[in-house]
Amino acid sequence: MPRWNFTTMADPITPPDPRRTARQLSLVILLMIVVGGVAMTLAARSRWWLPPVASTQGIEIDRLFYTTLVVTGIAFVLVHLVLALFVWMGGRRQTAAYWHDNRTLELTYTLTPAAILLTLVSMGAVVWGRIHAPPPENALVVEVRAEQFGWFFRYPGADGTFGRVEPALINARRNPLGLDPADPAGQDDIVARGGDLHLVVNRPVHVRLRSKDVLHSFFVPQFRVKQDAVPGVTIPVVFTPTRAGNFEIACAELCGVGHYIMRGKITVESQAAFDAWLAGQQPAAP
Amino acid sequence: MAVTHDAHVEHKQSWITRYIFSQDHKIIGIQYLFTSLFMALVGGFLAMLIRMQLGFPMAKFYWAQWLFPGGFANNQIKPDFYLAVVTMHGTIMIFFVLTTALSGGFGNFLIPLQIGARDMAFPFLNMLSYWLYPPAIVILLTSFFVTGGAPGGGWTAYPPLSALPNAAPGSGTGQTLWLISLAILIIAFLFGSLNYITTILQLRTRGMSLMRMPLTIWGLFVTAVLMLLSFPVLFAAAIMLLFDRSAGTSFFVPSGLVIGNQLVQHSGGNPLLWQHLFWFLGHPEVYVLILPPMGIVSEIMSTHARKPIFGYPFMVASIVAIAFLSFLVWGHHMYTSGMHPLVGTAFMTTTLAIAVPSAVKTFNWLATLWRAKIRFTTAMLFAVGFVSLFVTGGLTGIFLGSPPIDIYFQDTFFVVAHFHFVMASASLFGVFGGTYHWFPKMFGRFMDERLGRWHFWLTFVGIYATFFPMHFAGIAGMMRRIYSTQLYEHLQGLAAINAFVSVAAFALGVGQLIFVYNLFLSLWRGRRAGPNPWGSNTLEWQTDSPPPHGNFGEHLPEVHRWPYDYSVPGASEDFIPQTVSASRAPLPIHGGSSEEDPPRT
Ligand code: HEM
Ligand SMILES: [Cu+2]
Ligand SMILES: [Cu+2]
Repeated sequence: MPRWNFTTMADPITPPDPRRTARQLSLVILLMIVVGGVAMTLAARSRWWLPPVASTQGIEIDRLFYTTLVVTGIAFVLVHLVLALFVWMGGRRQTAAYWHDNRTLELTYTLTPAAILLTLVSMGAVVWGRIHAPPPENALVVEVRAEQFGWFFRYPGADGTFGRVEPALINARRNPLGLDPADPAGQDDIVARGGDLHLVVNRPVHVRLRSKDVLHSFFVPQFRVKQDAVPGVTIPVVFTPTRAGNFEIACAELCGVGHYIMRGKITVESQAAFDAWLAGQQPAAP
Repeated sequence: MAVTHDAHVEHKQSWITRYIFSQDHKIIGIQYLFTSLFMALVGGFLAMLIRMQLGFPMAKFYWAQWLFPGGFANNQIKPDFYLAVVTMHGTIMIFFVLTTALSGGFGNFLIPLQIGARDMAFPFLNMLSYWLYPPAIVILLTSFFVTGGAPGGGWTAYPPLSALPNAAPGSGTGQTLWLISLAILIIAFLFGSLNYITTILQLRTRGMSLMRMPLTIWGLFVTAVLMLLSFPVLFAAAIMLLFDRSAGTSFFVPSGLVIGNQLVQHSGGNPLLWQHLFWFLGHPEVYVLILPPMGIVSEIMSTHARKPIFGYPFMVASIVAIAFLSFLVWGHHMYTSGMHPLVGTAFMTTTLAIAVPSAVKTFNWLATLWRAKIRFTTAMLFAVGFVSLFVTGGLTGIFLGSPPIDIYFQDTFFVVAHFHFVMASASLFGVFGGTYHWFPKMFGRFMDERLGRWHFWLTFVGIYATFFPMHFAGIAGMMRRIYSTQLYEHLQGLAAINAFVSVAAFALGVGQLIFVYNLFLSLWRGRRAGPNPWGSNTLEWQTDSPPPHGNFGEHLPEVHRWPYDYSVPGASEDFIPQTVSASRAPLPIHGGSSEEDPPRT
């Protein structure tokens, strides 16, 4: 190899032996991308992977994820194998073919992906529809109210009705949700301040999601649930936890300086444990 | 119709009108490219700051504290500065680097040359377009120095966070400057795209029918249409947000917000309105960043594979289809935003539909490489790399396009990995490939190929090492735009992967210095290049390197064929420029008569 020298820069028109470069490039594609990509994905499953699922909708989402992973994984490997092969061959040929049209081939590779994608779309639409089905009768209704940088949870109390809230009444210490004392429906509301969101295992939950200030997002990785909290509207989120235990709410929509500390705690427990916990709560009665 | 050129040549040009306030599209293109390079260094440096924090949250960076006394405390980055860095990184890379380098840089340089025109239709407007860009940069970077610092609401600037000055430190003056800067840059883009569209429609030389245009021109043309139709929407949104911030309107802010303990005096607005307006631009914008590279890559690939591009009509059709569909998919960024679920189903359908023309393009590139005689120039290496990156990033798009899966992945590092492959890296590969390929035309010298190859290997391997593992951070549930992963329980296992990604990112960043070095070295010391060093067919290679003022000699070239007649059997050379008529180089007709001289339209 000639010593590198500013005045005799490498010749651009006749680059080094094309066979060698072709070999190098196809090897990198083969080893780094195909073998490396697949191996890393397989290895990642033990450490860097979906947190163990804990909701009914999560099971369906995971199934869809794996189906898509297999389909795209095959496409990923095939396309890169073909790319590596053609590059390798392209380094050895002495002449190029004058070939630039083949309707059958082109229609094939237009319609095949279209058919595959259509299948995936239909599967996705079914799951999406189920996730957004109206909440069942027996659903546990709870309000989740996001704010910079924390979560509040409110249960409607014995009357099953949430009391009116009025933003002007909000006071960080005394009345964080702005409950209107004039509304009788609010007298028995239970506000879990800074505590956990208690849910019942295998019982559907209907979260009424609100925000006090800016956008936030209610994300529970194990439930595969994520929904933005939008100030000004109440958004329903329905899911069914399937595993008792403790979980964390993560805020997934940038909401300001404290976005990274905006955690909330969830306890999923049996109906009996839940009832006992609820009975021990003081009504909010502002 | 034609620009009256002779008058143009006559008048004396001072150094200032020639190189600074130039109306020559080539100079303007080069100005755009160098300014974008500067901004790329800024944006890349910000990426390194992001990776320092995510990879080594406990480490102390004394030099950084010294550089940014306001942004660091105890030699560690502060959360508000971190968010400002993320926001500015995204904003700069998308609007101030890739859009400007591709449409402003390559668009300006290539359009008149490749269609056989002497200049743009509106040279003065063209100059104005460039000269709006530096002020926009100055205003944007000034936001780092105002009270509260640069905006920290992400490049998407979702209100109410971005609308209410007391919602975050960066939402003060910094956010206002961000909006003003963007509005100015949008005007520059609109001037540019109007110009490109008019030029391509009106100033094509004789014989340059639409279906004989190089794919670069198709990419740039459709991109200009996209920009002209989508950027005004963001412009309007930015003005509305400015009004919300300072004129008391409430487009995006509903009533009853309480920030801290204070009731906000707004009512009647809707935060989702901004998201709709933003993504109505935002999605076409990613195609603004990928269609020109697609054209550039097709051009490079055909030239260096010495083989016609495969499926030219399908290539054109898929560019147009992608552009059309790109206006109908914006809602896939909003699956979890709270819009009606039925709308999500509709957007899912259009989103997966847009994957079809994208797949077609990929297969056409593969078919182009089949039975090719590849010349592995640096430009060609980047073109092949582009295909790989586009495929890898495109495939993860299928996950995100499916709303149920996106529920989990929205706003995680899976998205960050996805768009850094399909948009950021792929698009950057188009810029790099294009630079190595057209540098001889721009400056009459080659870039150094040995350095170029080193640059390619480091970048290609570096990108996979940096962005591929990010998928797994996303799969594990790591949210984007978070200052620290140390608090959440579900992110506890991610320290190793984040450190690895950061090391890879630093290597990738340092690797780019090779490119900068090569670029400036080659400007002064590069080997001299003749008019057509690669043996290309398109018109820019049929004139001097660099082309004279007015691009072509006394007569404009006349076009007799499509641009991809490489390795035509029986021809004396393995390329036949577009200017060669059938009678001057009798063509054995191959497989039918589609290549005969009379127009291919
Ligand atoms: C050296 C190369 C690069 C590295 C290491 C890098 C790294 C990153 C990282 C880690 C983030 C995520 C920050 C977070 O969400 O917490 C990010 C965000 C982003 N990057 Fe890059 N990046 C690079 C190049 C680029 C390029 C070339 C583009 C061009 C389009 C780009 C566009 C963006 C955008 C739009 C965001 C989102 C910003 C936001 O969330 O508002 N990046 N980058
Ligand atoms: Cu939040
Ligand atoms: Cu999009």
